[in-house]
Amino acid sequence: MNTILRKENLSELVVKLEIEAPLIAQKRKPGHFVIVKIGDKGERIPLTISQADPDKGTITLIVQKVGTTSHKLAALNAGDTVTDLAGPLGHATHIEKVGTVLCAGGGVGIAPLLPIVEAMHTAGNRIISVLGARSKNLIILEKEIRAASDEVIITTDDGSYGQLGLITKGMEEVISKEKVDMAITIGPAIMMKFCSLLTKKFNIPTVASLNTIMVDGTGMCGACRVSVAGKTKFVCVDGPEFDAHDVDFDELLMRLNAYKEQEYSNYQQYKENIKA
Amino acid sequence: MEGETNNYLRERREMEWRENLRKQIKAKDRTSIERVKMPEERPDDRIKGQVEVNKGLTDEMAVKEARRCLDCLNPTCIQGCPVNINIPEFIKCIEAGNFADAAIVLKDTNALPAVCGRVCPQEVQCEANCFYTLKLKKEPVAIGYLERFAADFERNSGNISLPEVAANNGIKVAVIGSGPAGLSASGELAKLGYQVTVFEALHELGGVLKYGIPEFRLPNSIVDVEINNLKKLGVTFHKNIIIGKTLSFEDLSRQGFKAFFVGSGAGLPGFMNIPGENYIGILSSNEYLTRVNLMGAARPDYDTPVQFGKNVAVIGGGNTAMDSVRTAKRLGAERAMIIYRRSLDEMPARKEEIKHAMEEGIEFMTLRNPVEYIADKNGRVKSIRVQQMELGEPDSSGRRKPVPIEGSEYLLDADLVIVSVGVSPNPLIPQSLPELNVTRWGTIGVDAVSMQSNIPGVFAGGDIVRGGATVILAMGDGKKAARGIHDMLDNTVNKTLQDKSTASS
Repeated sequence: MNTILRKENLSELVVKLEIEAPLIAQKRKPGHFVIVKIGDKGERIPLTISQADPDKGTITLIVQKVGTTSHKLAALNAGDTVTDLAGPLGHATHIEKVGTVLCAGGGVGIAPLLPIVEAMHTAGNRIISVLGARSKNLIILEKEIRAASDEVIITTDDGSYGQLGLITKGMEEVISKEKVDMAITIGPAIMMKFCSLLTKKFNIPTVASLNTIMVDGTGMCGACRVSVAGKTKFVCVDGPEFDAHDVDFDELLMRLNAYKEQEYSNYQQYKENIKA
Repeated sequence: MEGETNNYLRERREMEWRENLRKQIKAKDRTSIERVKMPEERPDDRIKGQVEVNKGLTDEMAVKEARRCLDCLNPTCIQGCPVNINIPEFIKCIEAGNFADAAIVLKDTNALPAVCGRVCPQEVQCEANCFYTLKLKKEPVAIGYLERFAADFERNSGNISLPEVAANNGIKVAVIGSGPAGLSASGELAKLGYQVTVFEALHELGGVLKYGIPEFRLPNSIVDVEINNLKKLGVTFHKNIIIGKTLSFEDLSRQGFKAFFVGSGAGLPGFMNIPGENYIGILSSNEYLTRVNLMGAARPDYDTPVQFGKNVAVIGGGNTAMDSVRTAKRLGAERAMIIYRRSLDEMPARKEEIKHAMEEGIEFMTLRNPVEYIADKNGRVKSIRVQQMELGEPDSSGRRKPVPIEGSEYLLDADLVIVSVGVSPNPLIPQSLPELNVTRWGTIGVDAVSMQSNIPGVFAGGDIVRGGATVILAMGDGKKAARGIHDMLDNTVNKTLQDKSTASS
């Protein structure tokens, strides 16, 4: 169980893993996430499922190397197994025909955005995708996003690919020239905050998929709590998607730093260990 | 059923060996023996690590304590036990020196004696109903210590007895959750011959026994031994399966499961909804204890982080609050404090836990309530605005209601706050079964006798039904539900056979 069948390096920092998980593949819908744990002493982290193949019994996870666990996961190869894998968790994305949908994916957030783009496209929406990242090598799944979009705009912070600038620039360009009925944003919290501020200005209903710290992922611990319209919600069981205009992104950004120092020293220790 | 039990208890009591034992020592001499003191690790030693605080009785201590038991004609202690252990019988086995037999008696009705001997609140159950307590106004027989002694003796002997198991009837029953309710239900169902499969959402078995109760009160190795015993009875365990998510009830029905026991626990921590509660460094006791107990966060070679607070405040007065504050002390807190809105007398934690906590230097700030948290510029909590309280008239729970004292607020330094003000039932199962009857507290509504929900074949027990109770009550529910499941399935099996015979005639 949980055997990695295929591994592809999408960039220096991002890997794509196709993992055998027949039960999860059967149940998974766009928006769902899994909890992953590597090794007996590993931590539990949430990762949104990028793709699934119920016939083959596999799910695809796209991982950006950030801390210890993502490095450990990215270091696994085809034939290796993921120690613990549980899901699919969270509420699935609400898919319906609303008209024109602006899908904004930042960096590795493009991975969980892909199944939503595909499902919204199949539901008959006009899809305009805006993909943003620091630089060219972090724009992932472009081909797949293009296949399910009517239009694609790419922005990079350093101008190495697409337009120079932040993702909001690409979004604004779309909003200024046509009516957008709904927006979806997935990416780093800081990016989602600014996407949300932008669409709020234009009164475009917007959904954000939040990625917070979690331990169990089933409602038990409350590490993932976030303020939505002034009320505390648990991202794992109430989300992960919320009305972006109601999310307190500043609190979310603050809470993401809860274990920053420990995570940093743990990662340094991990790097020392693999060198040794 | 009750008459049957009474007859059985009387028959056992009239056995020759019990009669002889009773005759050996005069009642007066028995009652003049003083209650045994549990040997404990020294407070200043034990707070340096996770070593178990209670060390357990020696053989001599256990036999002497067992002699105190009068082997009453009407053993009222049993009425105080949610799983109806034949208490005099196992104690008399100890008195006779047959420690292994004592363990067999325990396991006859209790799937997890080593666990219950450690974490049951005996002082409000069996021991509260002991003849010594009720009639003699003396300290009760230390039933809990003796239970632990017998279970530990058996485990350490390496010669673990297994209860008798009926022939496999091939009927599949699914148990959801491997906490005390689920383990107890599985043990009972396995004994009745059912093919039991337990589905656990986490990567470890044991539920709250593993993620919640700390090592210093209940070592994980003990839980594992009990789980292994269930495996030997034929119970199958699957980890990382979230029923309602990974597999639905329909899937399980399709796989041939004929009944379901939901013991998914009280997995949704409560917060107070006061300003600043989402600052960094404020977390639920569930999160704190899970990080430390389940994820090994305090150990350097484990990946999960945990914050080591200098001034740690735990909000609440229950057993979970005690577990949290004592854990914080062990992780090096300079001040580890309990903030509780009523007085010590109303505190719901076990007296033993409060005593242990006090010995360990935990500060008890009673008649205090947090009203606001204050953070530094990074959003990290640095102090608590605390309000002083006084006790007013009794509320619906019968306890005197805490009333805020106007103008009594002050600031208390705290860099780690653990909120332990109760839990709600985990929402995943109710979410996945829309037709399930759920109370306004989010608990599953069940029949009090059979533990069956409004959906035929779906039974439930433990905290998902009670909202937040004890290990032993959860176990009692599991046992009752096993009986309920057996009654239902037995009837359907008999009915099917009858239908078949009617059809063929």
